[in-house]
Amino acid sequence: MTPTELAVVPEASRAARRTSFDPADFPVPTGREEEWRFTPMEPLAPLFADQVDGHDVVVDVMAAPGVEVSQVGHDDPRVGAGGAPGDRAAAVAWVSADEATVIAVRGTVPDVTTVTLRGHGRAPSAAHLLVWAEPGASGTVVLDHTGTAVLTETVEIVAEQGSDLTVVSLQTWRDDTVHAANHRLRLADDASVKHVVVTLGGALVRIAPDVQFTGPGGAVTALGLSYGHAGQHLEHRLFVDHAVPRCRSQVTYKGALQGDGAHSVWVGDVLIRAAAEGTDTYEQNRNLLLTEGARADSVPNLEIETGLIEGAGHASATGRFDDEQLFYLRSRGIDETEARRLVVRGFFAELLAQVGVAEVTDRIMAHVDAELARLATQPGAVS
Amino acid sequence: MSTLEICDLHVSVDTREGTKQILRGVDLTVASGQTHAIMGPNGSGKSTLAYSVAGHPKFHVTGGSVTMDGEDVLAMSVDERARAGLFLAMQYPVEVPGVSVSNFLRTAKTAVDGKAPPLRAWVKDMKATMAELRMDPAFAERSVNEGFSGGEKKRHEILQMELLRPRFAILDETDSGLDVDALRIVSEGINRARETNNAGVLLITHYTRILRYVRPDFVHVFVAGRIAEEGGPELADQLEDEGYDRFEQVA
Repeated sequence: MTPTELAVVPEASRAARRTSFDPADFPVPTGREEEWRFTPMEPLAPLFADQVDGHDVVVDVMAAPGVEVSQVGHDDPRVGAGGAPGDRAAAVAWVSADEATVIAVRGTVPDVTTVTLRGHGRAPSAAHLLVWAEPGASGTVVLDHTGTAVLTETVEIVAEQGSDLTVVSLQTWRDDTVHAANHRLRLADDASVKHVVVTLGGALVRIAPDVQFTGPGGAVTALGLSYGHAGQHLEHRLFVDHAVPRCRSQVTYKGALQGDGAHSVWVGDVLIRAAAEGTDTYEQNRNLLLTEGARADSVPNLEIETGLIEGAGHASATGRFDDEQLFYLRSRGIDETEARRLVVRGFFAELLAQVGVAEVTDRIMAHVDAELARLATQPGAVS
Repeated sequence: MSTLEICDLHVSVDTREGTKQILRGVDLTVASGQTHAIMGPNGSGKSTLAYSVAGHPKFHVTGGSVTMDGEDVLAMSVDERARAGLFLAMQYPVEVPGVSVSNFLRTAKTAVDGKAPPLRAWVKDMKATMAELRMDPAFAERSVNEGFSGGEKKRHEILQMELLRPRFAILDETDSGLDVDALRIVSEGINRARETNNAGVLLITHYTRILRYVRPDFVHVFVAGRIAEEGGPELADQLEDEGYDRFEQVA
């Protein structure tokens, strides 16, 4: 058997999946592997090279008072604290970015820190960010991805003991962008992280957050919102690894899709290891298809190795903006465009309230309205 | 003074077994202020009449006409019909998750009137009408029809009828699933709506009990897709005693 064929053998457990800092440890994926099976491989090929050397993405930080920003090399002891890359594109990001931008949060920081990653071209590039919350610190960091890029990105998020961190990754790329990212979260004792992924732009965006707890009492709230139109592939793959006792994870991802070939993928892997007694976890994914020709793949996986837990559950549902809803609203005089706006805003309302960062939610709503306006002028809407 | 006129209406629906003719020539004229009860056994086409007039895409009009003061209702889209003054209280109202009742009502009122209602008067109006329908004020913040009991859904339909002030309202089995108290409260709402707005009402029902609270001017018996017999309120009393057997044997 060739190594490629070996790679397609199903894993016995999510825990068995390889992680490594070295791209050579990951064969170039073919698209048949479990973790790549939904992804169009051709646009990603440049990010599977041994190394990428473009510099088409510029990182710019607007730091809030109390946040320290530095550029460091791999020799900085903080770099790599988030854990090892989980796939080949992530390992390529690791070896290709010589420096990491460290955003260190100290104390209580009420203002939002914004990190802008602006793409200027399609030369395959790498970026490395590390958001670090010191013990007891609290703050909010928004990563704003805009422009045109072919990017593989590492985002390490390290929350030390008792810290309370919100990190929002906003993808508002232009429609020619290819973006692979591996977010690696590590939560110490009693740390809380709200991790928000908002994917609106890009031709192919694939974001894989991996969550680890290193001490008891950690809590992660992972929220995701996406809105895809014709020709977009928006993929989110989470792995929450409960390896220590009494941690909580709440995962809620919601996506809307419209237009021919619009595709979203959500995979939520949650592993509760034998030692993780007292775990409380719930993950859910909801998708709303606004037109024919759009497709959402949704795969929740829950592995439980101990019975001594607080709770574990998952839910997944994909619904159409259906004719009966539309008829009901229209029978009250509400025209089709307004009816669709009501339903889509309603679909995202609770999630937006949970995101809770006004700068971000305002932009999301503006984008949603723009997509709805685009839909109103296009044929193919369900009516 | 307005008139809703249904002439020789033929309607079919596509089923897995093929096209099925449901309405076979319905003639009915409703004027402002009149209440017409449409009664009949299950499957006779009563609900089809309601949904066809409202414009549900599932039903295909294959013949006849529906006009409101001479205007062709069938040429209007669903929302145009509502804005022209038609209202359908549904038997199975649809859930709209994430959309609050208050937001929904205000959006509908704005659409029907062509302009947003003055905020203070509107909120006062909504609260007063909800109170009369014995609806908890917290109801306004719930998602439309989501998790509503059967009785709550019906009150919510009548709340809309009262607030949107249609010229003609079609009530599709609004009485079904209501206990006696709820039936009385909902009926009072229907009576208020028809009095304050002089609305014409088409009251579709299987049972006669709602007719004790909402007194019809005319009763039409629907059998096999057409009106088999018509009369005044006394026809309802007769049906209560005799049931639909006589008509079904004829059909």
